[in-house]
Amino acid sequence: MTNACLTFRDLTLGYGSHPAIHHLDGIVEKGSLTAVVGANGSGKSTLMKGIVGVLKPMEGAVVRAPGVRTAYLPQQSELDRSFPARVVDLVSLGLWPKRGMLGRYTREDRESVGKALMAVGLGGFETRPIDTLSGGQLQRTLFARVLLQDADLILLDEPFNAVDAKTVGDLIQLIKRWHGEERTIMVVVHDLDLVRQNFPETLLLARQPVAWGDTKETLRPENLLKARRFHEAWEENAPWCEPSEHDHGHDHGHDHDHHDHARTHDHGSGPRAA
Amino acid sequence: MDFLYGLFIAPFADFAFMQRALFGSLMLSLGACPVGVFLMLRRMSLSGDAMAHAILPGAAAGFLLYGLEILPMTIGGLIAGIIVALGAGAVSRFTIQREDASMAAFYLISLAVGVLMVSIRGSSVDLMHVLFGTVLALNNEALTLIGGIVVVTLASLAIFWRALVAECLDPLFLRSVSRMGSPVHFIFLGLVVLNLVGGFQALGTLLSVGLMMLPAAAARFWTVRVEPMCVLAVLIGFASCIAGLLLSYHASLPSGPAIILSAGVVYFFSIVFGSRGALRARIVHHRHRTA
Repeated sequence: MTNACLTFRDLTLGYGSHPAIHHLDGIVEKGSLTAVVGANGSGKSTLMKGIVGVLKPMEGAVVRAPGVRTAYLPQQSELDRSFPARVVDLVSLGLWPKRGMLGRYTREDRESVGKALMAVGLGGFETRPIDTLSGGQLQRTLFARVLLQDADLILLDEPFNAVDAKTVGDLIQLIKRWHGEERTIMVVVHDLDLVRQNFPETLLLARQPVAWGDTKETLRPENLLKARRFHEAWEENAPWCEPSEHDHGHDHGHDHDHHDHARTHDHGSGPRAA
Repeated sequence: MDFLYGLFIAPFADFAFMQRALFGSLMLSLGACPVGVFLMLRRMSLSGDAMAHAILPGAAAGFLLYGLEILPMTIGGLIAGIIVALGAGAVSRFTIQREDASMAAFYLISLAVGVLMVSIRGSSVDLMHVLFGTVLALNNEALTLIGGIVVVTLASLAIFWRALVAECLDPLFLRSVSRMGSPVHFIFLGLVVLNLVGGFQALGTLLSVGLMMLPAAAARFWTVRVEPMCVLAVLIGFASCIAGLLLSYHASLPSGPAIILSAGVVYFFSIVFGSRGALRARIVHHRHRTA
């Protein structure tokens, strides 16, 4: 347990009185690489927002290990592309955790911006205005910003949207490099083949966690079927979630998760140590 | 030579009120134009306009209680402006209503109250004075006030520059790395109100937003970066003030509208001839590069 980067304690997140993540328990280990999968509306993005703290929990809590710096690449960026900024200006925002609002950018900072751009294959794009970038180039620019943030916990929400196959490969390499640097990474992905090939662990969501642990185990047909039966629409008159009922569910879920997770841990640490 | 001197220099050299007007309006440009650039980039140009109207009831309250005195009217305007800015900002932050709608609602109410208050006591001449200002009658108090506002504005911009740019460029990112998002938004609204209040003695409540928006809007057509845009906006503001004052002096026109109209001329010129203006975009490029 001391190895937890993130701990979910009976976490319920949602909008209005309707939960999008319902009583989630469990831990994300330091240095783990987790894919978050599930149907539309299954709460993947909501979970990301909850972890970053943009969305406050309706119940329960997300506990980040002390001193963990977080980088977040949202699915729907609120980026204003018409803003008169160059690629360097956008990427340099990633220096915020290091330099804050007032710290001057040093020459090393500028060099690290250049290196981050090189790493995502955008060397020489420094002075391009951001409104001239293609969708995929913009996505890679945002990856460069994440790179620069030098965070311990990296949350990527559907980072492969509108990105060509070659770039997906490049970005996966980047994610694996972070994984090698013992950073904790959670990625929302839709492409299950991609998940099977590249992600050791998977969280399958359908408002509640359907399965969580080793990717091969989690993505078994019965689990996928269970997740597919998930009812996307919330109902206006859905019954209130009663404390007694949820305690029961929670205990049950918790045991289940814990069990799953312990197994994952054994499984996961084996190859890593080898 | 004498002709040129008479045209450009003499009005300022010979008359103290012209010097004051020039000094005051140049200072105003220094603070208001960069604020205008951010107002435009945040797509809040009309909010600025709305806020300028919102100042009216505060100024009118000062006018009702103390007559045509600058200090009470300014303080009243400041309070009214801040109430409307915070109210509209809060409505848009905490409800689903966007800022444009809440701002419009607040300023319309505010404007109605203001016009009612002025008409209870004053004549229509007073109303004109409040609405359109008198840059030629800036006294020491007014100049000191404007000076203070400029210092506060430039200092705040320097301190919060990076947060302000981040909040405009990618607000969600700013929220994920820092808690500065909301404070910076409200500080910025505060700067807008402050500069509008500074401008209203000189240009009136309705036109003070002109010196903020027009140079900024014109500068947008010439550059693709924020820093040069701010500098350019200030320079355009300076030029408009000088041209407007000279125009008003030689043609005996009201000075406030003359200044704003000069800025308007620069704006139209920029639309057509700017390096990112209409003409450049329309010219068919027969040649293109290989990559």
